[in-house]
Amino acid sequence: MKRIGLIVNPFAGIGGRVGLKGSDGVDTVRRAIELGAVPEALQRATSSLLPLSLIRDSLEVLTYPLEMGETSARDAGFTPKVIDAIRSGATTAEDTQRAARDMCEFDVDLLLFAGGDGTARDICKAVPAQFPCLGIPAGVKIHSAVYATNPRHAGELAMLYLDDKARLREAEVLDLDEDAYRAGRVSTHLYGYLSVPYRRLLTQNQKVPSPASEARQAEAIAEAVIEKMQPDILYILGPGTTTRTLAQKLGLAKTLVGVDVVRDGRLIAQDVTQAQLLALVESMPAKIIVTPIGGQGFLFGRGNQQIGPQVIRKVGRENIIVISTSDKLNALRTQPLLVDTGDDEVDALLAGYFTVITGYHERTVYRVVS
Amino acid sequence: MTPKKTVVYPYIPNSNPAVKAEMLKATGAKSVDEFYAEIPESIRLKRKLNLPEPFLSEAALVRHVEGLLAKNQSAREALSFLGGGCAQHHVPAVCDEINSRSEFLTAYAGEPYEDHGRFQSLFEYESMMAELLNMDVVNVPVYDGYQATGTALRMAGRITGRRIALLPASISPDNLSKIRDYVRPDMQVELVAFDPATGLMDLKALRVQINDQTAAVFIENPSYLGFLETQAAEIGSIAHEKGALFVVGVDPISLGVINPPIEYGGDIVCGDIQSLGIHMNYGGGQAGFIATRDEEKFVMQFPSRLFGIATTCVEGEYGFGDVAYERTSFAVREEGNEWVGTAAGLWGITAGVYLALMGPQGMQEIGRGSMQRARYAMQKMAAIPKVRVQFVDTPHFKEFVVDFNKTGKTVAEINKALHARGIFGGSDLSVEFPALGQSALYCITEVHTQADIDGLVFAIHEVVK
Amino acid sequence: MTSIVRTTIKKHVEPKAVAKKPALRRFHQASWDEPVIFELSVPGQRGILPPEPEAALVQAVGDPADKLPDSLKRKAAPALPEMSQIHVLRHYMRISQETLGVDLNIDIGQGTCTMKYSPKVNDQLARSPKMSELHPLQPVSSVQGILEVMVKFEEILKEISGMDRVTLQPGAGSSAIYANISMIRAYHTARGENEQRNEVITTIFSHPSNAAAAKVAGYKVITLYPDADGYPDIEALKAAVSKHTAALMITNPEDTGVFNPRIEEFVRIVHVAGGLCSYDQANANGLLGITRARDAGFDVCHFNLHKTFSTPHGCGGPAAGACGVTKEMSPFLPTPTVEFDGASYYLDFNRPQSIGKIRPWYGVAPNILKAYAWVMSLGADGLREISEIAVLNNNYLLSKVLEIRGVSMPYTKGKRRIEQVRYSWEQLTNETGVHSEEIGFRAADFGTHYWTSHHPFVVPEPMTLEPTESYSKEDLDEYVTILKHIAEEAYTNPEIIHTAPHNSTVHKIDQESFDDPEAWAVTWRAYRRKVLKNT
Repeated sequence: MKRIGLIVNPFAGIGGRVGLKGSDGVDTVRRAIELGAVPEALQRATSSLLPLSLIRDSLEVLTYPLEMGETSARDAGFTPKVIDAIRSGATTAEDTQRAARDMCEFDVDLLLFAGGDGTARDICKAVPAQFPCLGIPAGVKIHSAVYATNPRHAGELAMLYLDDKARLREAEVLDLDEDAYRAGRVSTHLYGYLSVPYRRLLTQNQKVPSPASEARQAEAIAEAVIEKMQPDILYILGPGTTTRTLAQKLGLAKTLVGVDVVRDGRLIAQDVTQAQLLALVESMPAKIIVTPIGGQGFLFGRGNQQIGPQVIRKVGRENIIVISTSDKLNALRTQPLLVDTGDDEVDALLAGYFTVITGYHERTVYRVVS
Repeated sequence: MTPKKTVVYPYIPNSNPAVKAEMLKATGAKSVDEFYAEIPESIRLKRKLNLPEPFLSEAALVRHVEGLLAKNQSAREALSFLGGGCAQHHVPAVCDEINSRSEFLTAYAGEPYEDHGRFQSLFEYESMMAELLNMDVVNVPVYDGYQATGTALRMAGRITGRRIALLPASISPDNLSKIRDYVRPDMQVELVAFDPATGLMDLKALRVQINDQTAAVFIENPSYLGFLETQAAEIGSIAHEKGALFVVGVDPISLGVINPPIEYGGDIVCGDIQSLGIHMNYGGGQAGFIATRDEEKFVMQFPSRLFGIATTCVEGEYGFGDVAYERTSFAVREEGNEWVGTAAGLWGITAGVYLALMGPQGMQEIGRGSMQRARYAMQKMAAIPKVRVQFVDTPHFKEFVVDFNKTGKTVAEINKALHARGIFGGSDLSVEFPALGQSALYCITEVHTQADIDGLVFAIHEVVK
Repeated sequence: MTSIVRTTIKKHVEPKAVAKKPALRRFHQASWDEPVIFELSVPGQRGILPPEPEAALVQAVGDPADKLPDSLKRKAAPALPEMSQIHVLRHYMRISQETLGVDLNIDIGQGTCTMKYSPKVNDQLARSPKMSELHPLQPVSSVQGILEVMVKFEEILKEISGMDRVTLQPGAGSSAIYANISMIRAYHTARGENEQRNEVITTIFSHPSNAAAAKVAGYKVITLYPDADGYPDIEALKAAVSKHTAALMITNPEDTGVFNPRIEEFVRIVHVAGGLCSYDQANANGLLGITRARDAGFDVCHFNLHKTFSTPHGCGGPAAGACGVTKEMSPFLPTPTVEFDGASYYLDFNRPQSIGKIRPWYGVAPNILKAYAWVMSLGADGLREISEIAVLNNNYLLSKVLEIRGVSMPYTKGKRRIEQVRYSWEQLTNETGVHSEEIGFRAADFGTHYWTSHHPFVVPEPMTLEPTESYSKEDLDEYVTILKHIAEEAYTNPEIIHTAPHNSTVHKIDQESFDDPEAWAVTWRAYRRKVLKNT
């Protein structure tokens, strides 16, 4: 008997149709409903469960009441096990987080959630690392890689995973600064990672690297970088799984979303702020090791704002080491890497071409634009 | 550009002017030249290619090519005793029938649905080789035996993380040349001397040379020079004692009677399958194989395709596909698992047909027969005055070395005289193995009758007296 | 006696014409439900009897294994299948029917593979015993015919490429690419610069064998991505080139069908830095007589005889490759070269600077013969026509495919492609959830197939089509009809695509075991042991 958890954020996507960006915050939601918005997340969750109805008899669905999952499950023909209680019509992010924690306690095999970046962020806060999750896209803004391409695919992927036919990979959870976004500025944070099933393509000649081969590539990259590390130099490690692998190879625990500083193979500062970093680089020579963040491939400015323009200027372009698995670069579909430090001069300095280390003996020379 | 004569070519359906015009119209181009717009004038060829006048009619083409081929004298028109990695075995008619089937001949890289037959026939080839070798993993063929050896050694290097390969000094210099070039970035090759009387590897030397940097000890069994390495089991032990892998090159047609290397410690086995139902083709009939045990650490090092069997959504149906297609190297410094490319698929299918025709008894018979014929020839040769057989007390399979030093004649002279009598004498080893002097490598197979061998012996007798 | 004359009254039947065939073939692939060959084994059966040595000979030699140590004596006979000859034949005939060769289908879907017609006459010529029964070590005087073919074909390729010498020794394309980088390595070594020059530059749309061969040869590989317009990025090249550059290894046109208009500049930039340039001409089919490697400044180039030059693909070989080199690079050619001294042909082994051997002997001779015969049946005008029609076919196909809903051609929009195009089904996938490879499987239900792309999938949901010159307008139209039909199904009935193929030899294959060391089975004996548990 397999068991899945289902959490629906009933307000996900509600702002989009009526021209509001994002739906976080009670006020925005109220405005949206006033404007006549209809929650689509429920319908999408139902669609995603349909492929799973093939194994209805051997699948237990655990969910929250009414619009937070029960309705969608019943509409898909399931008789879910409903836990806890909500204030219907007035659910919030806290409810989503509580639901996620509950389902992890019940040890579901897979946690399905319908929503957008905000929902993914909530799930990320609540579940333990490596807990299998999968997003059903229902939000307006989806930058996070934890979502399936459409509700049907989410259901199919869930099926495969429950049948032991899909493996897990770590995917980024990004989110926009809501207020900034609505005011016309784009500012993303890397919140963390979730473990999501990935789909092996069906063909003989399928070439999507498995998490295993990606991990190997990350290790090869780490070896190449570590080999060239010199004493008495500060190495500023940006966030990301590739930089984390590098730290692991040095035997150091790295914060996944923060910026850490290493010297002579030792961690000398963790999760530093921009100010702390500036102080450090004033004191001794430094190099920056970064990897592109997010689906759009930001080198600086999304997820690693702590490495601010002054730090970059002090360290110098020639001391920036860019690392990336080729898979991540290929996903850019030959679009350039982007920088947005907030300082036009520094952006212009960074634009051009960077050598990217993509393996032990593999490199790329990739275009960067501001 | 001088105007071309309007020919409608049988191989180019749309060279028909009416069709061409219609298609141009559909693309919106006025002439084909527009499609080359991206090619700068500076690198456009401004003249016609200077090539020989073509034979537009098939009849004229056949006449021309047959005229060229007529200048060849095939091994069927002479009595040939040439070997050295390419052998004249009998090719069953069914082998040629199957590898001229247009479906097999012209297929390439389709999916295991519409190319199910291609996958099945190669899976069956892998499986039949597996029975010869008693090993569970065999690859889809690589280019030739030299390539297989080079790759097997690099695999050993990746698996052990070490850099040195020990090879027997009796290896073919051509094979050695290829291996050296191929393994160069990651490995070094060292030769281990052989006993000049027996041909066998000098175990004392091996024990001195092997150390904890040795990735592999490689032997050929039978050797390039034809003898069987009777110390194989011991060599394997020495290799394993030092943590090295034991890599063995074999002639698959010997495996009906000779023990497969896994039985005496072999870890990776390689070789060429040309002797299994493939014509010599002037050296174009080669194909290489690599086999290992079914352990992840070996499987993940294969650069070639490995076809596996699976179920489908229909009960009772077999499906096939690529095993571990995303193979990556475990040792991160190694530069990937070489490459996968077009190699020798059709020869793999052919070898499968051959093994199915021969069956267990056929392979036993041909193995035993080879050894009997070779021994007979060796006995008869040794009886010719001034002629010696090298390594005469060591068991041989189908090839052996004849020493002509006492005759005062060079192998080249002897072979010229033999050729005049309609015989291709054994290949000249004097350049490859100067220490053996004027020696030649003779190959006897099931195509040779006792009368053929007697005739050879008589001719040599005449030529050297 | 009166005779009775019978008159049979014939019923008048209106002759019925066979209805016109529908636009889409009602195809079903042969499906014999054929067991694996081991399951056809019957103990004691014989497929062929090898000749027995004569009794007198056997008596004279005694037991040939008497000197063999026990460790070398095979104990039990190999467990090969035992079948009578007709059963072996029948089994393979059946599974050959379950294979879709070029000769059976509109094989324009295998992009970059150049699936053109391999003329049967050439196969027949190569089967002559005067080709197939030649031993590579025969006296040179006995093989003047094949040596002449090799020399003459070298001359032909010299003219086509503009290069000074050509070797026909490589076994196939990747082997030729490796030979090229090996020669480049030898060149730099001879100048004492091999240590310093340890980097090779290539592009993401060049064939992966360029990067792979460079890695095998010990180089660090720098891969360039295209610029905003989809061409190889020249600014990236300038940033990548340095005193460490050993070579640029590039395919042109790339596997997307895009010709790099600045190819000369690319070569110049690398030359100025002291590197050499290697031209992967696997995609030469559209360029014969149009442009040459030498004229773009390349130092070495290669051709695939089983692509451009028509030799059959053989389920993945045997094939043949050719490397063209400049005079300066000639000393490094593999040994031996084939020469003509004015009177006769011979093999030249005296090549002190050669990289040695890339394979045993001199090349895949029967394929060299087939390629030679192919060129000799066409001549300069014919080769020009081959290329022009290949390019016309491709651009015609392009115009028709782009009319299909959901498909697009990324990069160089509005520009012409040479002999192939890499398309993208991304729009269709986003709108319907149907993936490119699934469309490929559904194509098998109509008697054809296609190939997506090499690793990596930089173009999302790719499909690479290369029509070559061998297919007629009707063939191309039929193929488009098939694609169009499947695209429509994606929007109206995607389920039939998700569960395809339905009319092929087998149905959806369960892929999971292929990556699981506990479950994978590369051979029947492994399958019996691991899966059937020897039941």
